[in-house]
Amino acid sequence: MEIKTIQALNEIKNEYTSKINMLTGADFTGCKYKRQVLVCGGTGCTSSGSPKLINILKERLAEKGVADEVEVTMTGCFGLCALGPIMIVYPEGTFYSRVEADTLDEIIDSHIIGGTPVEKYLYREEADGNAIVHKLMDTRFYEKQHRVALRNCGLVNPEKIEDYIARDGYQALAKALTEMTPDDVIQTVLDSGLRGRGGGGFPTGLKWKFACANRGNVKKFVACNADEGDPGAFMDRSILEGDPHAIIEAMALAGYSIGADEGYVYVRAEYPIAIQRLQKAIDQAREAGILGNNIFGTGFNFDMHIRFGAGAFVCGEETALMTSIEGQRGEPRPRPPFPAVKGLFGQPTVLNNVETYANIPQIVLKGAAWFQSMGTEKSKGTKVFALGGKITHTGLVEVPMGTTLREVVEEIGGGIPGGKKFKAAQTGGPSGGCIPAHLIDTPIDYDNLIAIGSMMGSGGLIVMDEDNCMVDIAKFFLEFTVDESCGKCTACRIGTKRLLEILDKIISGNGELEDLDRLEELSNYIKANSLCGLGQTAPNPVLSTLKYFRDEYVAHIVDKRCPAGVCKKLLRYRIIEEKCRGCTACSRVCPVGAISGTVKNPHVIDTSKCIKCGACMEKCKFDAIVKE
Amino acid sequence: MKKKLTTVEFRGTPEQEAKLLEVIAKYDGVPGKTMPILQEAQEIYGYLPIEVQRIIAEKTDTSLEEIYGIVTFYSQFKLNPNGEVAIAICLGTACYVKGSGDLLDEFTKQLGIKEGETSADGKYSLEATRCIGACGLAPVLTVNGEVYGRLTKADVATILAKYKD
Repeated sequence: MEIKTIQALNEIKNEYTSKINMLTGADFTGCKYKRQVLVCGGTGCTSSGSPKLINILKERLAEKGVADEVEVTMTGCFGLCALGPIMIVYPEGTFYSRVEADTLDEIIDSHIIGGTPVEKYLYREEADGNAIVHKLMDTRFYEKQHRVALRNCGLVNPEKIEDYIARDGYQALAKALTEMTPDDVIQTVLDSGLRGRGGGGFPTGLKWKFACANRGNVKKFVACNADEGDPGAFMDRSILEGDPHAIIEAMALAGYSIGADEGYVYVRAEYPIAIQRLQKAIDQAREAGILGNNIFGTGFNFDMHIRFGAGAFVCGEETALMTSIEGQRGEPRPRPPFPAVKGLFGQPTVLNNVETYANIPQIVLKGAAWFQSMGTEKSKGTKVFALGGKITHTGLVEVPMGTTLREVVEEIGGGIPGGKKFKAAQTGGPSGGCIPAHLIDTPIDYDNLIAIGSMMGSGGLIVMDEDNCMVDIAKFFLEFTVDESCGKCTACRIGTKRLLEILDKIISGNGELEDLDRLEELSNYIKANSLCGLGQTAPNPVLSTLKYFRDEYVAHIVDKRCPAGVCKKLLRYRIIEEKCRGCTACSRVCPVGAISGTVKNPHVIDTSKCIKCGACMEKCKFDAIVKE
Repeated sequence: MKKKLTTVEFRGTPEQEAKLLEVIAKYDGVPGKTMPILQEAQEIYGYLPIEVQRIIAEKTDTSLEEIYGIVTFYSQFKLNPNGEVAIAICLGTACYVKGSGDLLDEFTKQLGIKEGETSADGKYSLEATRCIGACGLAPVLTVNGEVYGRLTKADVATILAKYKD
């Protein structure tokens, strides 16, 4: 397919509009399909078996002779990963979750061919007395969401450029190249108030402005940070998997505005599906002429390459990422010079995160005012969060900035399973902090999160309940940063290691109250003296848990007790005398012979022998063994 | 990141070496070529023993120290070969708060090898990985690339039984 002119682009858009309209609820007269079945092909649903499902579906439809009337599309992530594999049947928009090969036949016969949705496989809203919900958009999970960066995820086939074009794809690029000067584009992004979605929240337009000098006379680069290193965040991956063309268009726009003709996407090698779809999208765009020389006949040239990350968290830092693309150990460089002056291969470079780019085409197309209408005063637009941990609807959500944590956790996320109590939400990954229950009504934006000792980060949001120990969580993140510290500067390399040692001491029951002061002092030292963002934020998990959950630290130190029952070295198993029937099951299963007692009489655990394996507790039928 | 040198004998074949030389030739003149060469070399050999690093150093006119420095910097590059049954447990935050640490302990107990080790007979290897992005199925692990999700400690024996032969 060749798209050499804007007219050609619009012809394709018109041809595929009716097909896309069936999915968005608009008029789809003229669509050649009677029905469209969308199956999620994101990493979560792929792991739950969606590719197999698509194959079976296509086979059955062919057997029944309706393959021409029904289009089966593999899409990107719908967001409700916990309910995968997810399938939606249009034009009704009926939402089927946890679809299995065995249930497919019934859905095909009754619904896809017969037109009657199969009620028993529909989603039920637990919060509304298990009422049946027909459409995905009507679930509580979707109701409060507002999708900008994820607008095409779960709607278009990421492997078809036509689908993207039908959804106004590449219209922003066409508009910029024909109606706007590069400075206009920068001004629009600046006016929109868009801030970097990768962590720091630096104004994107400003970054572009810094790099725009000397257009045409200096070699420049545009780079995309898709090295999503925060353990528990997966929005960048989902965007690449679900809407790769949006990133290509945005990078071309960035290239036009600063005067760069070459782009690099630095993506984690652990994301094979994202890499494959992005490569396919680049190939398609190149073949169409949307990447390459003289794009839309305007004389603008732009092409891009993919580089794979190799599993180093520090490479999410902009200078380290560029050093890595250059083929070196990914160590950060001191700034200034900033990348806008001296970046990739020593040339001026603009680097943005995937989610940031995903907003750009919409901003250019709809204007700064449209984007400004969403969000809070200083944080405009929306933010994608990866909900994980102890929450009913694990998955991807996009909400306007300023939505409260309570709305995200309780209303969209469906609360905490098993009737447990909300204890904290962790945002910002290893660089962020824990938000305690009494701050659950905080509106989420960049500045509010910093003010309460956490940060936006890339948008991982891990929910913890009463069974999670906050000292253990601080230690988990410290282990991560110790492992990932590149070793270049002393404050981070040695400081984080010392922090971890103090935490280990506390968790082992050897802590002293003075250790809490030491933790604080050292944390502040590391923050003040580290070279890059990794070190400057590494103590945040410690500081925020110390601030909000000091009593837990004290319990570990003074009472030698872990209130959540997580820290193994502080655990004690005890048999409740009144409940023990003397069945001897526990003493037989104990691997070290720590349980004594005679038949039909209460047993006792010798804590000096006990290795805290928990086998006795699993075996006891009378709930007579407790850990405390 | 700390990495242990392998004790397993290098068994590279001439075919593998020929492929490696092709890869090196392909990237001749490409800026920042070291990373993609190492990544493709690992695909060919399954890991990056010192012998392979030496070939890359010589052919790209780089010092072995520099190559070794890059290999040991990134966690994706392996100095040890995978076992026939390669188990990788996700220790991302979402999986960790749902108990993937206990899964790792259980595998260690049942296999008698620690994280990052390969059993003496080369049959099993155990690895803790960063987030693989399947947080909706937490806790997850992969065995030879196949994903298992929503696991409890009790599933460990079942999974191992599947790969016994």
